Amino acid sequence: MTVETGAPRQDPQQPGSQRAESHARSWRGLGWGFIAKLLLMALVNALGLSIILSAINAEAWGILAASTALLVIADVVYFMKRTLPLKYIYPGLVFLAVFQVFTLAYTGYVAFTNYGTGHAGSMEQAVDAAMIQDERRVEDSPSYPLAIVQNGDELGFAIVDEEGFVEVGTAEDPLEPVDGGAVGENGAPSEVPGWEIVSRAQLFSDPDLQQDVIDIRVPVSDDAEDGSLRTRDGSTAAIYTSSLEWDPEAQTLTDTETGVVYEASDTGNFVAEDGSQLPTGWVVTVGFDNFVRAVTDTTLSGPLLKVTLWTFAFAILTVLTSFGLGLLFAIIYNDPRIRARRTLRTLFILPYAFPAFMSALLWRGMFNREFGIINDWFFFGADINWLGDPWLAKFAVLWVNLWLSYPYWFLVCTGALQALPGETMEAAKVDGAGRWRQFRSITLPMLMVSTAPLAIASFAFNFNNFTIIYMLTEGGPPFPGTSGLGSTDILISAIYNISGVAGGTADYGLASALSIVVFVVVGVISAIAFRQTRKLEEI
Amino acid sequence: MRKQIGMGAAFVATAALLAACSSDPEPAATTSSSPEETTEAPAGEGVTLTVWTDAEREGALATAAEQFEADTGATVELVQKNFEDLRNDFIAQVPTGEGPDITVGAHDWLGALVTAGVVNTLDLGDKAADFQQVAVDAMTYDGQLYGLPYSTEAIALIQNVDLVGDTAPTTWDEMIQMSNDAGFEDRPFILFTNGTAGDGYSAYPLQTSFGAPVFVQDDTGSYTSEVGMGGEAGEAFAQFLYDNGQAGSGIFSDTIDYDTSNELFSTGESPFILQGPWMPFFDGGEMNLKVSAFPSAGGEPGAPFVGVQGFYLSSQSENTLLANEFLVNYMATEDAQRTLYEADPRLPALSALAEEFSSDPITAGFVESASQGVPMPSIPEMGDVWDLWNAAEIQIITGATDDPVGTWNTMVTELEGRIGG
Repeated sequence: MTVETGAPRQDPQQPGSQRAESHARSWRGLGWGFIAKLLLMALVNALGLSIILSAINAEAWGILAASTALLVIADVVYFMKRTLPLKYIYPGLVFLAVFQVFTLAYTGYVAFTNYGTGHAGSMEQAVDAAMIQDERRVEDSPSYPLAIVQNGDELGFAIVDEEGFVEVGTAEDPLEPVDGGAVGENGAPSEVPGWEIVSRAQLFSDPDLQQDVIDIRVPVSDDAEDGSLRTRDGSTAAIYTSSLEWDPEAQTLTDTETGVVYEASDTGNFVAEDGSQLPTGWVVTVGFDNFVRAVTDTTLSGPLLKVTLWTFAFAILTVLTSFGLGLLFAIIYNDPRIRARRTLRTLFILPYAFPAFMSALLWRGMFNREFGIINDWFFFGADINWLGDPWLAKFAVLWVNLWLSYPYWFLVCTGALQALPGETMEAAKVDGAGRWRQFRSITLPMLMVSTAPLAIASFAFNFNNFTIIYMLTEGGPPFPGTSGLGSTDILISAIYNISGVAGGTADYGLASALSIVVFVVVGVISAIAFRQTRKLEEI
Repeated sequence: MRKQIGMGAAFVATAALLAACSSDPEPAATTSSSPEETTEAPAGEGVTLTVWTDAEREGALATAAEQFEADTGATVELVQKNFEDLRNDFIAQVPTGEGPDITVGAHDWLGALVTAGVVNTLDLGDKAADFQQVAVDAMTYDGQLYGLPYSTEAIALIQNVDLVGDTAPTTWDEMIQMSNDAGFEDRPFILFTNGTAGDGYSAYPLQTSFGAPVFVQDDTGSYTSEVGMGGEAGEAFAQFLYDNGQAGSGIFSDTIDYDTSNELFSTGESPFILQGPWMPFFDGGEMNLKVSAFPSAGGEPGAPFVGVQGFYLSSQSENTLLANEFLVNYMATEDAQRTLYEADPRLPALSALAEEFSSDPITAGFVESASQGVPMPSIPEMGDVWDLWNAAEIQIITGATDDPVGTWNTMVTELEGRIGG
């Protein structure tokens, strides 16, 4: 097989050029291309295998299946000669699947669940948590130095009681005094007849045993209400009581003290009849609830509408102003009469070269009402509340974004202007067109052919331009009426706020639902806009 | 003692922990258990405890973990993350089984961690008494202890002794008077507002001095979900903010963020500031400062929020026993807590250390302020408070509203609505 897939076939410079020749003729030994391929594939396989192995270790079966499939397909594609087109497109497809399709599908899945702070795990884990939260140390229980004892497979606890007797018990048999025990120097039993003491070294070396020791509860007497011995560190034990009982069949938790029955509800909580519920819930699918909530929840829908309008205004105005300014400068500095054009052009690009979040933070300081240099230098120390007034803050955001993004358009337009066919312009001049006429009828339409798709991309980018909003105003100033959102919040920063990720009580379900809405909006607008740009090309 | 030298490291650890008892060992017991121990090497080999930490504590944890690693043979793997990311990452990853065994965290995350079911209870036993009560209380939720505290923090009144002398004012009016007398009419006091975002945390000592806590505490000190900011006390505070805001005396403004507050105070533009021990002007000790509890503005003591940092244990840890061993028998010791203090000097939660470091007057001032403080509520409802609360305060301070009482009451009503629904 290795012979058949000789090197020339892998050489992307000349695919197919060898097709006419017979294999025997094309055989020129193992070429460098093949060796390079072999090394690359060895790397790919090593990476794939390591992913597979860690997936097995982590018992992540979904990842295991996916990575195995991708690796097998990769080997087939690159070691078969028939799959030439796939050799080119396969890496792209993998990236598309892993980074695009999977992310989108997973966001879509989360949008239909109540995944968030109170609903983070499975029902099983919620039961675990309820049990953990319910089990309490008996108030006057002392801490007993503990010996963990074993008799064959049976695990037990041995302690020294108040009278100095060694007592031993297991999960089934309550503590009973035994004869002939001895007490060690740490206060725990050092000898228990009939039982073998598990040393700490033994305990630490056996994770399964540790888990058993953590899980076991040794009743202190026949009466269950007296509680049971429990250890957390394997060296001391104390008496704990628990009142919750889990019934896996009926999926109910029963409080044996009060008799209250908590039932598993559709919303992913254990709810009692009187409406009280246990703190920990689990993830369930909730259908379209998240989408409905975004529209019907009155504290959300009003501000969200304003935020949506501002998002469109922000994205459109940013593109228009920065495109306009960039184009203006590009035309001016494209004039051959200007000296040192190259140097000037380089300087123009500087704002684009700074990291946006740094610039935003700097501008934030400069806009400070009291100490900012904008008020001090340009407005004679006037008390203009740039970031505190809803309209001025909007203006400030647009201004900073203009400053950040016009160099990009300057760059793009300069390139596009230089690519314009000189003879067309010449012809226009000969025909007696004025400068304005030339610009409007020839320069601009021809520029638009190459720049309109970039403008759409820029719109989509600014629609979700979280950085500048978060760094410059954090969405503020807040709307009066306190919804948590502010005048300069755009949809993506509003989603961040609403989801509560910053406040600590996250609602990933709602956030995902809103993200999908934003994705659809951006997608639809981009699709329509791209369709429109095709008309431009018909000039 | 000679016998112990030959023993396995695991036994040394146990023995060292129980050194108090070793004065009267029973000969029979020692002989019966020690040969067994000596034959075995340190044992938790192959077991890895994963601990999430932020950058400040990483070094201290590594030091504390060395002894534990030597004693048990287990490996402690420290994973460094941003402190702000720890909470959400912990909540998101513990249920998937990818979470750590232990994480560093703040006590006010507790409500969210408990509702997410990702945190295990902890039993410090007799060691609990070694810690300051407020620290243990803060790590307690619904009567159960969930975390090992190691530091507390609270804001306090910091004054520039060179400008206004070293007498701590006892009331708001007295403080403003001191400032005015010293010639700081323009800026008698600096209140951090996080710029235009507003910061209820920093203004809280002012608010509590009017008797308007965020949530009402029950008899045991646990927070209920009943909002306590409404009513006359809250209205009086709102009016106070307004009267001293931009529409009034102008003491409060929405231009003070972290950098400006540091700059203004360290350059002597103002003699008083309400801030925490983390401010850069404490570094180098060049300023002559006095720290004290915040003077009352509304008659009652100005209680700041006390924040507590500590360690949480994952409910899904596969090494619960070793993790408990690490937290209770290693990290809860004075040595480990001292190492943590040295790496990141915050007020120690361990009483003995807090007392020891209180010989430093600055630390003593913060301890004094914290002692009249209340734990920051850790109930999940607190997550709903910040946005509304900060926004209302900043609107009142800037004078964007000319009806401070109305704005305040709207905020309280909306908050109650959000929490109730």
